[in-house]
Amino acid sequence: MSRWLSLAPLLVLLALAAYFAIGLTTDTRTIKTVLIDKPLPAFDLAAFPDDGKRVTPGSLTGRVTLFNIFASWCITCRVEHPVFLKLAKEKRVEIIGLAWKDKPDELRAWLEELGNPYATIADDRIGRTAIDLGVTGAPETYVIDKKGRIRFKHVGAVDDYTWTNTLEPLVKQLEAEQ
Amino acid sequence: MIRLLSLALLVLAFSWAALAVEPDEILADPALEARARALTQDLRCVVCQNQSVDDSDAPLARDIRVLVRERIKAGDTDDQVRAFMIERYGKFVLLSPPVEGDTLVLWLAPFAVVGLGVLGAWAYIRSLARQPATAAPLSAMEEDAVRRKLDDAP
Repeated sequence: MSRWLSLAPLLVLLALAAYFAIGLTTDTRTIKTVLIDKPLPAFDLAAFPDDGKRVTPGSLTGRVTLFNIFASWCITCRVEHPVFLKLAKEKRVEIIGLAWKDKPDELRAWLEELGNPYATIADDRIGRTAIDLGVTGAPETYVIDKKGRIRFKHVGAVDDYTWTNTLEPLVKQLEAEQ
Repeated sequence: MIRLLSLALLVLAFSWAALAVEPDEILADPALEARARALTQDLRCVVCQNQSVDDSDAPLARDIRVLVRERIKAGDTDDQVRAFMIERYGKFVLLSPPVEGDTLVLWLAPFAVVGLGVLGAWAYIRSLARQPATAAPLSAMEEDAVRRKLDDAP
């Protein structure tokens, strides 16, 4: 009994070490979206530049798309921008943008400076659609399937590695779905 | 001096929470505003995750404060507002997680740890009690040594 008891602190230490080893190497900052496999929330936003057209969840159905939350005020968005330009140029996937709480002048200047990889941009000036999407920051990139359901969310910049290893295989898999 | 310092600290402690909420966000009806404050104090700011929406200066937190107040004004109950936020951000958005299957460990672990401590203390005290109350008598050699020390003393 007392021998077993003298081992107890060591056992507790080992258990705590294992716990911290798991806890400290797991990413707890990224809030996983609860909207996986759910249809896009309802929204009805003006396109940017405003040509009278509306962007709705219907604008993202019928094919697999990347839905990218970005803004001209977002520094990290500049990092992922070249990746999207390349994808758009090579027609690898259609990218729909959601400009989150952006000012039209600044957004226009940003797109002129860096180029526009987006097939369509939804102008979420008040930021309500972003909240409905569970956006926690910019940039975030959702993979939307043919039926307009959210299948994946990537938080942070999309780089070549993320595209090749995560997004591209998923896009191909979803394109094969009926 | 100390009195002045503690007064300053007290003022700081009470004004801290009011820093983030801006005057234009506050509802005219004090009862609704009180509900909004209480609600947003228990909502996690999803940008700066260990602050509440009520405390945070992040633009997204501000948007959520305004949104919560809009919903309260539109007649939502507190539970409806919470459900609205959970629908979008998951239960993680609540700063105090509900007592449920997957959070039971979280809620019960502190009691379990205190229980273990009490058990350990009890075992220790019992082992003390088992030891003889009076010390064993000195051996002949020890008594000899003590006597010599005493004799040497001036």
